[in-house]
Amino acid sequence: MTSTNAATAPAANPKAATPAEGALLTVQDLTTYFFTRQGLVKAVDGVSFELQRGETLAIVGESGCGKSITALSLMRLVPDPPGRILDKSRIVLDGVDVMKLDESAMRKVRGNDISMIFQEPMTSLNPVMTVGDQIAEVLLLHQGMTKAEATAKAVDMLRLVKIPTPEQRVREYPHQLSGGMRQRVMIAIAVACNPKVLIADEPTTALDVTIQAQILDLIVELQKKLGTAVILITHDLGVVAEAAQRVIVMYAGRKVEEASVEDLFGASLHPYTRGLLASIPRLDLIRGAEDTSPGRLQEIPGIVPALHDLPKGCAFAPRCTYADERCKAEYPAYEEKRPGHWAACWKSEIVAGGTNG
Amino acid sequence: MATADHQAELTRAGANINSSWSRFTYYVRRYPLGAAGALIVIAFVVIAIFAPFFATLDPTTTNARTSLAPPGGQHFLGADFMGRDMWSRIVYGARISLMVGIGSTVLGCFFGVIIGLLSGYYGGWLDLITQRFIDIMQALPLLVMALLMAASLGPSLENTIIAISIPIIPHVARVIRSNTLALREMPYVEAAKAVGMSETKIAFRHVLPNTIAPLIVLGTAQLGSAILTEASLSFLGLGVPEPHPSWGRMLSESAAEYVRTAPWLVIFPGIAISLAVFGTNLLGDAVRDILDPRQRS
Repeated sequence: MTSTNAATAPAANPKAATPAEGALLTVQDLTTYFFTRQGLVKAVDGVSFELQRGETLAIVGESGCGKSITALSLMRLVPDPPGRILDKSRIVLDGVDVMKLDESAMRKVRGNDISMIFQEPMTSLNPVMTVGDQIAEVLLLHQGMTKAEATAKAVDMLRLVKIPTPEQRVREYPHQLSGGMRQRVMIAIAVACNPKVLIADEPTTALDVTIQAQILDLIVELQKKLGTAVILITHDLGVVAEAAQRVIVMYAGRKVEEASVEDLFGASLHPYTRGLLASIPRLDLIRGAEDTSPGRLQEIPGIVPALHDLPKGCAFAPRCTYADERCKAEYPAYEEKRPGHWAACWKSEIVAGGTNG
Repeated sequence: MATADHQAELTRAGANINSSWSRFTYYVRRYPLGAAGALIVIAFVVIAIFAPFFATLDPTTTNARTSLAPPGGQHFLGADFMGRDMWSRIVYGARISLMVGIGSTVLGCFFGVIIGLLSGYYGGWLDLITQRFIDIMQALPLLVMALLMAASLGPSLENTIIAISIPIIPHVARVIRSNTLALREMPYVEAAKAVGMSETKIAFRHVLPNTIAPLIVLGTAQLGSAILTEASLSFLGLGVPEPHPSWGRMLSESAAEYVRTAPWLVIFPGIAISLAVFGTNLLGDAVRDILDPRQRS
């Protein structure tokens, strides 16, 4: 479960033709398009990765880069129409080809084998049901428990996610709980059936900063306790550094870089990742502002290209300081630049030459 | 529409939110008209349930000697041309009015909710077809629709309830559908999908309970119009048949011939109808303000 294992094992090769042994979740060439009036939106375009047991994999990127659609695609919850996961996509969870399951079999997987924590704890709970009933609902659905057993388990789950006085809280409605507590309830629902994979889609974004750390700690702790593999979707690199072992950076629907957390933060090979890292406020740099840093946070110039109208070459080229004619004409190959460190950039050697941050 | 935060106001007033009595007095003071409406409705319900205690005479016994007796004495609201006691007939008429009113509203809401929920939640061709069908139904006024139904079903108490409930269905279906359209995009619906719940189960367990507030509002509003429709149908001779005393028919029997010579035959049933409708409408307005879905967090 250590990060070095995950990053250096051959299993980390995302383009491997056959799923490596031991990989819990294998995603190959995941492609989700939206057929809209504005045209074809390539929300997720050929994303491949593997998730090991007990591992935390972070998917980072700006808003609209396809990370949330990747998560929904794994659950096969992409709204259809307008969206569709193309048939060439392969999602294999613990030996089961999820893409081949019919809808009723898929329902047994959702919430049971793969579950999800959503971004909005304020609205992700039904306002007219008690939180206990909402936790019990999942157990009734998947575990074949009786109502009494499920309610008793709901209290245990609330205790597991560290909600004080669970016996009392179990009978309360969502509006009686704070945002942090609601997110804890959402986590309780997600882990109630002891899923193999837990997808956390920006679980801390809607919470205030002091609560964010608590929720993140809770996810990390539960993962250790339950042995669940976690896919952590976020745009917050601080969250990545704290919780994940391996990171995938997405840009405009594609994977642009993948590495262990140490490699990514230490020597990223893609200018977009460099840009993301440079845009994090750092206390040490602020303090030493007069000698080294320009004192102002660096931003990535420009905006994310519209997904229905991507440039011909590298999607990041228009915003990239390293870009030349080749970048604008030809999409860079996604290659293993260093052991266990993959990137899609023509200029990665030049990028690697510069200092990070 | 008032979007007052009652919870906050209650707290500011220093009231104990958990005490149902202080909550009750707060609402009475905040909505005096609604309280008056509730009082009228409760009075009618009590009179309807305990009709035998309130009626002074049998409402169906005829008596030639007291025909068209003016108010006073034994018949303190007078007697009709058959000598039947007006007060007793109005008291028993409350039973019919409320039975038809509540019966048809409940029936109409039940089918309206199912149609609206399925139409709104599943959308697609099902929605398209039901909505065009509802367009056609709504093109006809409530009374004309009820007339059509009553005439084709034939006069009886049950048929009157059915006839009045049918034009209520499209109203309810529309409101529930529009609510469902908004609710099915709520994150908790997506969260329910993510735990593997089936669409039908989500529709009934997660979406339906959230439409209850607008449904109560609509139901109370429809109650008044259902009572009025019953009176209108009976006035036109298509409603509840004899021997049930119906306010609407009491009016129609007397209006043409006796309105000049015995105005009490028209005035008192008229007052009963107006009061019942007025009361339910006042109550409905207050309920709408209190349960307005926009104030819910």
